[in-house]
Amino acid sequence: MATEGLVRTGLRAGNGAIDAFARRHRFHPLEALPWAAAIAAFALFPSYLPLCSQVLATILFALSADLVLGYAGIVTLGHAAFFGTGAYIAGILAANGWGEPLTGLLAGALAAGLVGFLSGLVVLRTTGLTLLMQTLVVATLLHEAANKASSITGGDDGLQGMEVWPIFGWFRFDLFGRTAYFYCLAVLFLCWLMARQIVHSPFGRSLTGIRENVRRMHAIGAPVARRRLVIYTISAVLAGISGALIAQTTQFASLSFLSLERSGTVLIMLIIGGVGRLYGAFIGVPLYMIAQDRFSEIDPVYWYFWIGLLMVVVVVFARGGVLGLFERFWRWTR
Amino acid sequence: MDEVNTPALETGGLQKSFGALTVANAIDFRLERGARHALIGPNGAGKTTFVELVTGALRPNAGQIRLDGADVTQLAQAARVKRGLVRTFQITALFRRLSILENVTLAICERQGIAGDLVRPAGHHRAAVEEAHALLQRLGLEEEALRPVNMLAYGRQRLVEIAIALALSPKVLLLDEPAAGVPSGESGRIIEVIERLPQNIAVLIIEHDMDLVFRVAQRITVLVQGSVLVEGLPEEIARDPEVRRVYLGERAPA
Repeated sequence: MATEGLVRTGLRAGNGAIDAFARRHRFHPLEALPWAAAIAAFALFPSYLPLCSQVLATILFALSADLVLGYAGIVTLGHAAFFGTGAYIAGILAANGWGEPLTGLLAGALAAGLVGFLSGLVVLRTTGLTLLMQTLVVATLLHEAANKASSITGGDDGLQGMEVWPIFGWFRFDLFGRTAYFYCLAVLFLCWLMARQIVHSPFGRSLTGIRENVRRMHAIGAPVARRRLVIYTISAVLAGISGALIAQTTQFASLSFLSLERSGTVLIMLIIGGVGRLYGAFIGVPLYMIAQDRFSEIDPVYWYFWIGLLMVVVVVFARGGVLGLFERFWRWTR
Repeated sequence: MDEVNTPALETGGLQKSFGALTVANAIDFRLERGARHALIGPNGAGKTTFVELVTGALRPNAGQIRLDGADVTQLAQAARVKRGLVRTFQITALFRRLSILENVTLAICERQGIAGDLVRPAGHHRAAVEEAHALLQRLGLEEEALRPVNMLAYGRQRLVEIAIALALSPKVLLLDEPAAGVPSGESGRIIEVIERLPQNIAVLIIEHDMDLVFRVAQRITVLVQGSVLVEGLPEEIARDPEVRRVYLGERAPA
């Protein structure tokens, strides 16, 4: 949508319009910014690397939510179901003698994808509030299941005792979190490339069609239910990878990974950054997590109030999030 | 069945009720190949319901829908579109924040079966974009190709409605009040586009605007309370006392 907003009228008719359309997927220099910032963060904040790794993994979580919410217009309050599934599967493997990180990541991704596909078959039959409640139910069911199965998951105490082996049998997870940081960064980068490819594909464009006008998509012969299920499953896979990354790099997973709060928080981060723009996650997540870190230090009791206030300010004054603000400023200066 | 005489679209005993309310009552209807046919009737006569039944957005309680002689009653909406049954909307149903070019390209990608492609960028399917652009040129919309449709004048939006439908290469085109809400000064362009539609498309126009109906239609069906009241040539319909009474609002002489 950013591109649609930025492309101004007055472009010459004919090939001009076609070329502009055909060029839209090309890389823009600004898209290098998050990666440059990530490298800079490594150099500038060596003592904050564990937090930075969590930021990177959470960006992936928010990115996965953007695919369903921002592109396909599927409103969900249960995205933590996939995040938690990925985290627990990777975590349980690592705690039970299989600490190889990449296969653990893959297992978490597949399990989350399976949960996404199966639950999607049921919940995506509905829309709006009903859909919202059903996604919430799926996450709550998993939360309770993880709570009951405490012999495997550790229940309330969380899953502990993970032992994660070196990546490729070589790069050990070090005390300072350097390996973890580059591990998260590399995985996020690959997942972002994939998400970007999808968003710019005809499939991705048809998702925006579903978001903008689902009746019309039916009327032009689109298999809407199938498209929604496909993106829901892909999104679940990415969320699962994100959860697995956090479990492996922090060597911990808890019931909160499956909680409503987790599902809600990722939406808040995404809304702060900007929904349906692919880069909202890259802005919203660091902002939120840094704000959380700072607020909780300044005001340990009421820090959540300040987060709430930030949210109100964004919703009232910056619809479309920070990216929405940038877009308006960009248009205003031209 | 004789190839030539098979109608493009046919319904037999089409029936739909919502509880006690019957919105389509045993509708028998034929749309001949290449026809210019209008469906008229007072508000609430069930015209749009008829469109929804025919396209598959609603399921009938009874009756049959045949497209080019083949029974499509059980087919999903998408499958009917693939067979060339295409509609437009009375209340503009566009992808509002997307450009006109993109609105039309989405439809072309669906028709060409490339819309499920997850890998290649949409821009690499250049033939689809070029076809969309050529269609916009035909309708005189190319100057605004990159404008989001929600920034267009309403009359232009109604043209995009038709453009999306044409992008699907329809055999049967159902135009649900194509000029609805357009100021009379701007409806001329829409009528012109409808008049210039390719002859091999069978067109059914659901319309309130009698100027448009009598200018375009070769046959007219009048629908009242879910039933076909009468069908005939425009001049027959214009003379029909029953039609004048229920539809045109004239009272029969006492």
